[in-house]
Amino acid sequence: MRIPCPFCGPRDVIEFTVHGEARQRPVFEAHELDTPAAREAFVDYVYLRDNPAGLHVEHWYHGIGCQSWLLVTRDTRTHDILEVAYAAGEEEPAPAVVRTMEVAS
Amino acid sequence: MRFSGFSVLRNALTGQSGWTPHWRKASPKPAYDVIIIGGGGHGLATAYYLAKEFGVTNVAVLEKGWVGSGNVGRNTTIIRSNYMLPGNIPFYEFSMKLWEGLEQDFNYNAMVSQRGVLNLYHSDGQRDAYVRRGNAMRLHGVDAELLDRDGVRAIAPYLDFDNARFPIQGGLLHRRGGTARHDAVVWGYARGADARGVDIIENCEVTGFRMDDGRVVGVETTRGPIGAKTVGMAVAGNSSKVAALAGLRLPIESHVLQAFVSEGVKPLIDTVITFGAGHFYISQSDKGGLVFGGDLDPFPSYAQRGSLSTFADVTENAMALMPMIGRLRILRSWGGIMDMSMDGSPIIDETPVDGLYLNGGWCYGGFKATPASGFCFAHLLARGTPHPAAAAYRLDRFATGRVIDEKGVGPSPNLH
Ligand SMILES: Cc1cc2nc3c(=O)[nH]c(=O)nc-3n(C[C@H](O)[C@H](O)[C@H](O)COP(=O)(O)OP(=O)(O)OC[C@H]3O[C@@H](n4cnc5c(N)ncnc54)[C@H](O)[C@@H]3O)c2cc1C
Ligand SMILES: [Zn+2]
Repeated sequence: MRIPCPFCGPRDVIEFTVHGEARQRPVFEAHELDTPAAREAFVDYVYLRDNPAGLHVEHWYHGIGCQSWLLVTRDTRTHDILEVAYAAGEEEPAPAVVRTMEVAS
Repeated sequence: MRFSGFSVLRNALTGQSGWTPHWRKASPKPAYDVIIIGGGGHGLATAYYLAKEFGVTNVAVLEKGWVGSGNVGRNTTIIRSNYMLPGNIPFYEFSMKLWEGLEQDFNYNAMVSQRGVLNLYHSDGQRDAYVRRGNAMRLHGVDAELLDRDGVRAIAPYLDFDNARFPIQGGLLHRRGGTARHDAVVWGYARGADARGVDIIENCEVTGFRMDDGRVVGVETTRGPIGAKTVGMAVAGNSSKVAALAGLRLPIESHVLQAFVSEGVKPLIDTVITFGAGHFYISQSDKGGLVFGGDLDPFPSYAQRGSLSTFADVTENAMALMPMIGRLRILRSWGGIMDMSMDGSPIIDETPVDGLYLNGGWCYGGFKATPASGFCFAHLLARGTPHPAAAAYRLDRFATGRVIDEKGVGPSPNLH
């Protein structure tokens, strides 16, 4: 499987680490954290999954590359990758390592 | 038809003409007391014990393909009881005891072979961890022996003891562990259930649940609707998909696990060996092929095939452990879809939907669990209360904090 990294181009899957379904972390004010609603939201966020047979939006980290966090849309039935974007929505990755590498080359 | 030495002999003398099909090809009746979804090892074992131990015989097992086409026919057949945590040890030891009497119990040759499971350690820290595990096992009456280098060498002299990075220091030996013939386990349970009146209905996919006032009253299938007072799900890698039909979300992610078999060679490995410095396990089938596997693919998958990068990783592990394996050709590889739970332990419990029960989250250790899983699930379906050996496998343990995380890696299903 190859993942087309928006910064590095198509790279072998072994350069990446997958971090599961991309989900929004629940947001609560500090004083609301110990409420049933917050507990339920966090149990859901940490432990429960849709786990679909079909399109799945996932976080991947390009560790042996540009070190960007990516949002990958993938079909879990075929392993086809339909879309890849930066996870934070930025245009270009910011990590310092990338800059150093560019200077070095 | 009962199997015995005599029946084998008689058929040998009469041209093998006396054998009959092991189970009927049943068609769905309008309704049953209990419907079990999934004709894998767990579903069939559940039906068998429901009929045999709990007297519930108006039962159907619904299988979307043919029985044994799922993980139960794809695994590397290792059975063992070398767990460490309180919720797990009694359950897996119960399973091992059932394995030990299984062939007599269901009158079928499942080729249960207690050839031992040897877990290697390669560092002082790992040795300590195995001492702890071995002690926990022995405190619960499970056998465990700590071997030093020479002890391992006596069993498997061909391993690379002086590997520069991962020298073998010793191993934890669980002699009662071993292997069983996975297909025969399926057939034995199917035959035993069928003989007691259970309908095994193949090519019958469950596509929905029939509900009445919040309670399950049956299922929709590709062979029409079927009524039921109680429905149990035992669909392994498809747990999330089937549960979603009832509006449930589970603490489960599906991943593919591969296995490999080499060309047949003369007897070489007479036990099960696991590499401690990576993820790799190997045994030899009675036909002579080396059967081995390693990690799952890290990303969620419903494709019953694995990726090349995982295959490369498995073979690198193999070479580090026993370099001679590089001379063998690999005959086949295949994959199965694992129901990876969030703590690496299974779930045998009721669900928030009345009348609907779940058996799932087996990760890649569910084959060894087959007898106990069937027994405990049957207990739950027949009596409505958990069997004591499976009492920790609750669905709500993730919310209550009572997770059973044998590996200690947290809610990352691909790491368990
Ligand atoms: C490569 C590999 C190696 C493994 N090695 C080991 C090992 O060495 N030791 C060990 O203990 N475990 C091992 N396992 C794990 C073990 O095989 C599984 O945990 C166990 O088989 C799962 O339970 P099961 O037998 O009931 O599953 P399955 O055989 O998968 O049964 C589930 C059944 O449900 C059916 N189904 C799904 N959806 C529906 C539907 N909607 N309607 C009707 N039917 C449906 C499927 O077709 C399937 O037949 C391994 C697994 C794999 C893939
Ligand atoms: Zn990149």
